Amino acid sequence: MCGIVGLFLKNPKLRPELGGFLSTMLTTLSDRGPDSAGFAVYGEARAERIKLTLRRGVDTDFDAIAAEVARELGEDVSVSRRDTHAVLTVPTARAADARASLGRIAPDVSVVGMGRRMELYKEVGLPAEVAKRFDLAGMSGTHAIGHTRMATESAVTTDGAHPYSTGPDQCLVHNGSLSNHNSLRRELRRDGIGCATENDTEVAAGYLTWRLRQGMTLDAALKSALADLDGFYTFVVGTESGFGVLRDPIACKPAVMAEADDYVAFGTEYRALAELPNIEHARVFEPEPAKVYFWDLKQ
Amino acid sequence: MSLRANARTFDLARNTVRELNAELHHLDPETSHYWRIFNPKGRHSIAAGLDADATVEIAGNVGYYCAGMNKRATVLVKGNAGVGVAENMMSGLVHVQGDASQSAGATANGGLLVIDGSASARCGISLKGADIVVKGSIGHMSAFMAQAGSLVVLGDAGEALGDSIYEARLFVRGNVHSLGADCIEKQLEDQHRKQLHALLERAGIAREVDIGEFRRYGSARRLYHFHVDNASAY
Repeated sequence: MCGIVGLFLKNPKLRPELGGFLSTMLTTLSDRGPDSAGFAVYGEARAERIKLTLRRGVDTDFDAIAAEVARELGEDVSVSRRDTHAVLTVPTARAADARASLGRIAPDVSVVGMGRRMELYKEVGLPAEVAKRFDLAGMSGTHAIGHTRMATESAVTTDGAHPYSTGPDQCLVHNGSLSNHNSLRRELRRDGIGCATENDTEVAAGYLTWRLRQGMTLDAALKSALADLDGFYTFVVGTESGFGVLRDPIACKPAVMAEADDYVAFGTEYRALAELPNIEHARVFEPEPAKVYFWDLKQ
Repeated sequence: MSLRANARTFDLARNTVRELNAELHHLDPETSHYWRIFNPKGRHSIAAGLDADATVEIAGNVGYYCAGMNKRATVLVKGNAGVGVAENMMSGLVHVQGDASQSAGATANGGLLVIDGSASARCGISLKGADIVVKGSIGHMSAFMAQAGSLVVLGDAGEALGDSIYEARLFVRGNVHSLGADCIEKQLEDQHRKQLHALLERAGIAREVDIGEFRRYGSARRLYHFHVDNASAY
């Protein structure tokens, strides 16, 4: 099972409503994934600044952590908290220093995503509850992807929830199950790509990171995934400027896309798209198997 | 008063699919019925399990298994259909005016499924006697293990058409990407032209289509009999 959604707004006027749309889409797919939910939202970028999305328990004093990072770096650091997550904004040139500093100050804090525009949130629970905890409906931006999980390959934990970060401003959500993730995980570890969990999607994310590190474009990395990943999958990859879609050649896992004047939307089922504005006039189609699709702001 | 004027309406924004189907399963068998369904919004199992002299018109896109197990009834989808439309249909007519997702008409025993747009993968998988007419194209692995019935495609067919096919008849006007195991092209003879014409007539397009443009595919019958030379493989 599992449900995936993606929304890319062509009309800038709709940007304040991005989170509201995505929240409805995620909630609709609750019965495909009631275990946990997560999403990545691409909001405004600030010049020379990068965002680190941090995760730890609800009792975390993120303000104190941010203040300590700011003191160590000698830089202006801002923090914005949402429930168990917080977004730390630091100077882009000091991103590595900020991560090192976080490792010293709060070693049990996870950095779940990093990027100029991407913020990434995920938790265990019904999608509607997760969306509410993070106030997804109040978020704005150009595009977002989300996932509702019905666990099959590993435990129901926040670490097992999607999206998984694959690089700066890039993350992956997955519907399906990979059958060669154990052997692939060993290969990735040998090449220095660590996996924190036994989850199959984390391996797919690690695989893309590995290919990108070798200098491949995301398009080429997704095409090589067709040869190297065994199993069933529909992937949606969020990037700084849009998102990409790939289905395995057998295409067991459903996928529907809609292109309207104001947006491009992806859903595991059409139901997830049914409440979008003017959906009745959109071009609704199924992405073809083994074909990489991209929707991009730059196009 | 015409039947259409007497139509019953049902709004799925107000009531559930379960309530709709419960009503449709208990229609008076003595009369004909005309229902209009609004706000389907991709919901699953709309008008599934009908066994009545009824016409059900659905205004919009439907989700999975629409008109599944249909018997006698006519179901018209004024939009796209999700996975498994008219799966295991026994008789009647299901007409999708848009596109259909995977496994359209899967295991259908009888009746006619007409898709005005295209159907994706596994169209007519394990077909058991129904007829399917697709005006657009069909995806990969269509008519997989199809046992009886017909699949007519005005457009193209994807990879591995008719893999492990038994006795279903396949007619494709466009390009076939590849044939599956034990599926071969066969001569389009007069009896097949007549069958094809009758099918197109039932789908209401016999006059618009030139039968001579179609090619026929079916089973080479090498796979479904045990071959003694293969005994050592078991």
